[in-house]
Amino acid sequence: MELEVETVIKIAAYTGSGIAMGLGAVGAAIGEGYTAARANLAVSRNPKISGDIFKNMLVGQAVAESASIFALVIAILLLFMDFASPSLLKAAAFLGAGLCMGFGAIGSGVGSGYPGGESCFGISQQPQAGSQLTTNMLIGSAVCQTPAIFSMVVALMLIFIDFGNAPLTPTWAAFVGAGLSMGLAAIGSGYGGGLAAGASCEGIARTPQAVTSVTTIMLVGQAVSQTPSIFGLLVSFILMFKTFPESSMLATPMALLGAGLCMGFGGIGPGIGNGMAAEGAVRWVARNVEHSNELMRIMLVGQAVSQSTAIYAMVVSLVLIFVV
Amino acid sequence: MAIEGAEIVKAAAFIGAGLAMGLGAIGPGVGEGMVAAKACEAIGRNPKEAGLLTRTMLVGQAVSESTGIYSLVVALLLLFVV
Repeated sequence: MELEVETVIKIAAYTGSGIAMGLGAVGAAIGEGYTAARANLAVSRNPKISGDIFKNMLVGQAVAESASIFALVIAILLLFMDFASPSLLKAAAFLGAGLCMGFGAIGSGVGSGYPGGESCFGISQQPQAGSQLTTNMLIGSAVCQTPAIFSMVVALMLIFIDFGNAPLTPTWAAFVGAGLSMGLAAIGSGYGGGLAAGASCEGIARTPQAVTSVTTIMLVGQAVSQTPSIFGLLVSFILMFKTFPESSMLATPMALLGAGLCMGFGGIGPGIGNGMAAEGAVRWVARNVEHSNELMRIMLVGQAVSQSTAIYAMVVSLVLIFVV
Repeated sequence: MAIEGAEIVKAAAFIGAGLAMGLGAIGPGVGEGMVAAKACEAIGRNPKEAGLLTRTMLVGQAVSESTGIYSLVVALLLLFVV
């Protein structure tokens, strides 16, 4: 059975669209469920301010929702894309875009649920710190969304950039690898950023006067948690924009696919680990604000060590791209 | 296009190297993060012992790092030796 190029592109686009929306729905749903669960607990503790808690819950859930809205946008684009010059390369790019956005939305969706839930619970304990908690929740969950935004950027580039007449083999593997690298690496960073943001909302509710120190250490911790997803972005840019000479060997495309898988999976653990370190530091700055400098120092040292495996993964994937 | 056996072996070695390092990086990353989180908690409770706690944290993380280094070694072996 011979398939026409247009048919192959349609198959890839529809598959990519399904993957993008299916996986993209996982994270936000879990995150929003967590927010709602904490909000219920908060209302049962302090029913008199149920209106404030309800409002805060909806705002938090709306931010957590954005990751899956990005996935919806990419899925709809893939369903209704018109393409000027059909080529098999475009099929690979569509599949890569779907994988990238689908995986990329998971971490941010789950992560953004934590600040939402903890701030609802915090409002029930400290109603007078409500506006500080809402502000801090918005900052924290906005930072959590960055890995999902990176994924959307890579997916949009894969969909819209005209890669001209690059050779089909091995460029197809570079596009799928680019999607996997960014999408998978975004999982850990999104989730880790959420852990830090959740702890900061809990901390502000406990000691509202420590708000400046808590927000500062949350932002530093989240920034370090984002690095694995930035490594993923870097590798996927290299895979998209490096020109690969044509090759009939099977090993060349597999090396590029392997590079994407390596950086993608390799970014998950360090992203979560850095987030855990930041969570611990933020929680204890709120309890022991005089020693925030020591806590910041040990958080950064711990995160640097936890980052090392992401750096190994990046080295191996760069070797797979440039050396072998 | 006929694909030779040696060719398939090489392709499998590249994919295997990527998976070895990629999946192998998950555990140490999470584990070392847990160590760092608990070290922060410990310093928060008892800031006077910050030096001792930092040392303990680093030794614990170094041990937890070892599986990540095994993955790196296996990935490099798959890339350059096999």
